[in-house]
Amino acid sequence: MAITLSGDQALPGPPLSSRLTPAQVWGIVLLAPYLLVFLAFVVYPVCYGLWLARAPENYVALYNDPIFARAAINTLIFLVIGINIKMLIALFLSGFFAVQRPWIKWLSVIFILPWAVPSIPTILSVRFMLNPEWGVINHLIFSFTGDDGPNWLNDPTVALSMAIAVHIWKSLPFWTLILITGRLAISHDLFEAAEVDGASWWQKFRYITWPSMQTLYVTCTLLSMIWTLGDFNSVYLLTGGGPADLTHVLSTLGIRYLRLDQLSLAMASIVCAMPFVLPLVYFMMKRLSR
Amino acid sequence: MKLPGVRQFTWREVATEARLLLIGIPVFLWTMIPIYHMFLFAISPKEDAFSGKLWPDHPTLHNFEIVFKQQHYFLRDFYVQFWNSLVIAASVGVLTLFIATAAAFSISRLKVPGGRMVLNLALFTYFIPAAFLAVPMYRTMGNYGLLNNHWSLILAMVTIASPYAIWVLKQASDKLPVELDEAAVMDGATTLQIFRLVYLPLMMPSLVAIGTYAVLLAWNEYLYAFLLLSNDRELTLPVALGNFLAADDSPWELLMTTGFIYALPPAAVYYAFRRYMVGGLTAGAVKS
Repeated sequence: MAITLSGDQALPGPPLSSRLTPAQVWGIVLLAPYLLVFLAFVVYPVCYGLWLARAPENYVALYNDPIFARAAINTLIFLVIGINIKMLIALFLSGFFAVQRPWIKWLSVIFILPWAVPSIPTILSVRFMLNPEWGVINHLIFSFTGDDGPNWLNDPTVALSMAIAVHIWKSLPFWTLILITGRLAISHDLFEAAEVDGASWWQKFRYITWPSMQTLYVTCTLLSMIWTLGDFNSVYLLTGGGPADLTHVLSTLGIRYLRLDQLSLAMASIVCAMPFVLPLVYFMMKRLSR
Repeated sequence: MKLPGVRQFTWREVATEARLLLIGIPVFLWTMIPIYHMFLFAISPKEDAFSGKLWPDHPTLHNFEIVFKQQHYFLRDFYVQFWNSLVIAASVGVLTLFIATAAAFSISRLKVPGGRMVLNLALFTYFIPAAFLAVPMYRTMGNYGLLNNHWSLILAMVTIASPYAIWVLKQASDKLPVELDEAAVMDGATTLQIFRLVYLPLMMPSLVAIGTYAVLLAWNEYLYAFLLLSNDRELTLPVALGNFLAADDSPWELLMTTGFIYALPPAAVYYAFRRYMVGGLTAGAVKS
């Protein structure tokens, strides 16, 4: 199985065992568990899924389903607006956390919490905070203004924004951490020299920090976009796709079709995302496997 | 007059500190509010929780008592579900470590033919959003007859965890000097002995990081668990938490208490292994 993967081994010749050193035999044996997992749980499901989604009617049905169009737009908003806001904040905060102060060190330990705790209880906690009748936010609004607060999750725009906020809350620490490592790798001498020359903070950022971090920043943004396509929890646990299925993104939509027993539609909706995902994946692989 | 031992702050320094605080305080509040809200519910009696108070009039541990004594309809299988989560997370950790270490050793140290290609395939899997793979995976598990069986979730999570694990371990293995293997071969060590006596001890920090990564990934997983498992006594905790919402008058104070208990182990593990996690994972996560 491992052998067929490298083309030249398939040539006719003496039996394989006599051409392989013991180390190579061990290499194949040790690689076999992963290959088995890969064939059984990646190759087979993907091929099977593509086979299920082969019929053109599925795509016609998707095209005619307003929920699909809405989910595609929501996904774009989530990725293009949500991720860029998140990465800008992460870039900004990476500068803040790079400042040497004991209390900032402590804050950075606390700041990791959203990343360290599972998303289910925290997202549900936010969901209850937004509850129009009993949530703490509307209670506060009422006690300050005497008016009833808005019904947060009943407006699709607000609900989607809240889902994006929850996503940012959860994954901001991770990206900030990565960008901090990038920032700390910049030689301190550069900043000292700039200080001597009387550079403003903007000049320091523009001419020292940004040039050395832009590759990392762009890589992080693209990677975060790919992963956010698979962010099911932020939307599903906060809004459940509602109200009226207006806040679905592609990942929750696929699961919605699955729950409705429309597996071929679920697969077709994923296939539709592939023209956007595959170039990103290709680009990332080029970057990471140098 | 300058007091001895007291630092004089210039206006500029005060302004800098004020600006830092102006960022630090919102960051602290933003981070803590959802977690504090969860904690607040856990220590509040139902009436206080639903009245929007910022601190309960009568803080109590009664909710924890209900959870630990399984005294509610939604909690009747709490211990079984906690145990399920634990067993699945531990199995995923062990299996991922085994599969990924073997593969990384094979690709990086033994230079197995086709290793590069396998690594690229693994990397490709790593970039496919997990929610997209979930749809065909659900059907596949049905075809294999594994639905409602813990193995379906374990194998699915191993599939998702191993690509990254292989990649990080391969990067770490490449850094070990090749002379070590050569010296061991000269001393007559077999491949397995090199693996066990030279490779594994040197890789320990990365193995700890990857093991922790896989365990946390499995413990925290919601989507796959909720698709693949459905019998009450087979469920993991996150799915049980999601099921609380099925009722119209969900006992949110109990939901938050259970959620708090569920969130504690990963947070503790994360902080215990933070040293390894930050070094081992962020270095591999994004190479600029």
